[in-house]
Amino acid sequence: MRVDLNSAFPLRPARVHEVCGAAAVSFAAIAARGTVLWIRESWLPETLHPLGLMPFLAPSRLLLARPKDQTDGLAVAEEALKDGALPFVVIEITRPLDLREGRRLQLAAKAGGATGLCLIPEGMGSNASETRWKATPSFDPHREDSTLMRWEIIKNKSGTNGAWNVRWDQETHRLHVVSPAGERPGSARPPG
Amino acid sequence: MWFPRLASDRVLRARPVDGPFVLTLRESNTDRLYCLNAAAERLDLARGMSLADARAFCPDLLSQPARPDLDAQFLTALRRWALRYCPWVGHEGVDGLALDVTGATHLWGGEEEMLADMQARATRAGLTLRLGIADNRGAAWAFAHFGTGQNRLEDLPVAALRLDDKTVTGLQRLGLRRIGDLTTAARAPLARRFGPALMERLDQATGLLPEPVTPEKEPPHYAVRMSLPEPIGLAEDVMGVCARLLAPLCDKLMAQETGARQLCLTLRRVDQGSQQVELHLAAPMRDPNRILPLFRRGVDAVDAGFGIDQIRLEATQVEPLAVQQIGSAQAAPDQLNDLITRIGTRIGLENIQRYLPADSHIPERAFSIAPAAFSAPQNGWSAPRPRPLRHFPPEAIAATGPRPPARFRWRRMTLTTGRAIGPERIAPEWWMSDEAWRSGLRDYWKIDTREGRRLWLFYTPQNPGWFVQGEFA
Repeated sequence: MRVDLNSAFPLRPARVHEVCGAAAVSFAAIAARGTVLWIRESWLPETLHPLGLMPFLAPSRLLLARPKDQTDGLAVAEEALKDGALPFVVIEITRPLDLREGRRLQLAAKAGGATGLCLIPEGMGSNASETRWKATPSFDPHREDSTLMRWEIIKNKSGTNGAWNVRWDQETHRLHVVSPAGERPGSARPPG
Repeated sequence: MWFPRLASDRVLRARPVDGPFVLTLRESNTDRLYCLNAAAERLDLARGMSLADARAFCPDLLSQPARPDLDAQFLTALRRWALRYCPWVGHEGVDGLALDVTGATHLWGGEEEMLADMQARATRAGLTLRLGIADNRGAAWAFAHFGTGQNRLEDLPVAALRLDDKTVTGLQRLGLRRIGDLTTAARAPLARRFGPALMERLDQATGLLPEPVTPEKEPPHYAVRMSLPEPIGLAEDVMGVCARLLAPLCDKLMAQETGARQLCLTLRRVDQGSQQVELHLAAPMRDPNRILPLFRRGVDAVDAGFGIDQIRLEATQVEPLAVQQIGSAQAAPDQLNDLITRIGTRIGLENIQRYLPADSHIPERAFSIAPAAFSAPQNGWSAPRPRPLRHFPPEAIAATGPRPPARFRWRRMTLTTGRAIGPERIAPEWWMSDEAWRSGLRDYWKIDTREGRRLWLFYTPQNPGWFVQGEFA
């Protein structure tokens, strides 16, 4: 049975979600709503490139917080989620959250009505998260500027798991769900 | 009041020196003497002499560069001190003060006693002071600069009229050496020859033209203090006092149309120790109800010891903040600024940043990062070519030749090139020295791998090598 992406995708507000995989940053950029606070520890060498972000999210809507370690980062995230002035908070996680930390983030999000999204390394999920996604880029033989990705929902507290191939349309700023190769209209029927 | 050696007195007060001492100021590539102490003046050194000449006259001369800005601050401090004699004190040039003591001398027992008191206090403070008192400002200036003993205004040289050097020389050539000579001479030829300024100065000195003393405006002082009869120790009580201090402070800020940017709460304890709580605000603010909760985190961290009996609140940095009409769309930025302030007290206000566009085709410099509290969001982003979403310092991969490799290893993954788009050649900006761009030109390729990752690789033809610098969405 195929599950509709709309049942899970605009991420449920006032909850904290998780995403892992190589395309986690793209997932976060697509999922973001309104002004975004992006919390990333200051020692990490990687940066978001605002020009690369532009097709997804206007760079003027982004605020960066650079805490020195994860403890500070979580405190900032809790404060921002609880306040609710920013509708979307992205937290880059570098060590596994324990139950207490995950629960506190979840409670803060509920209190403030903001949506939180943790970018986690694979296998560092917290039990308190509402959903956990895995986003991986995939090769698109047909289009050059493709952003074809495979999104899997691997944990869902209030719904079912599912997997979709999606592509971001840069012109219209919309997400297209792409049918798997065999089910596309006009394509040859899979063998067998 | 004239302080003939204001600059050198200021320096020597902090560090006394025996023997000749001068301050030098650099003028058109020469160090010239700016201010001398008494010992140096006795050696016939003069203002405006070059330091090399002065050294030749006097080998053991000590010198130091002058700081005219600090001298001006010092004169402002002296102006505040002079307010003890009368309320009407203004600056007179860069090294003097003009006091309007009308109606204030009897408080000191008469003019003589007041002048003696001024002189005594200045001497005790290590300042050379020359005083002149007269019925008007011009004559007082003349007596302070040129008066010796009990002489009359008419006996002073014409330079005492605050004239420029050219006029003084011209008058001396005409044989008019004293002010008395000028007052008796015919006015019309003099005015025709030297211009109206000479007659104006003469009339100001003789009292025919009024010249009021303009008192300086006191800069507003944003600090309030409360002493408590009994020491307090609970955080709630401290916050209560803080709320009562904030109200008058914010009223004052409101009256001046300014907002506090930085606040400092000093808590003095019974044992004379003191603790400070600093608050850096993300935007100028003067609403006590919004500022008060921001102090909560700092006040909670204070150790009250045996109790706190004096609390002082000062706005250490203020910025102009015009009164705004109340509108409906005001709440959101205020709430965001409060959030930034609250986060800033934890991780530092400069660590909350935003991207601003910059004009460069070098990928690393196509944007700048500025603290969010001190910048406004800007639009005007444009990317003529696609840029990666994630961007990291270049990571070398093993490959050769100007064409992208068919297979390569990166971060312990073996990747196969499915499609290569490029090259996009970017030349270094030669007017900026950038360590990372020493290797010369870069040919950027977007590589779509069969495994899915879309990477941004570059090849350096002048210094062959392949690097991965970013990843696309």
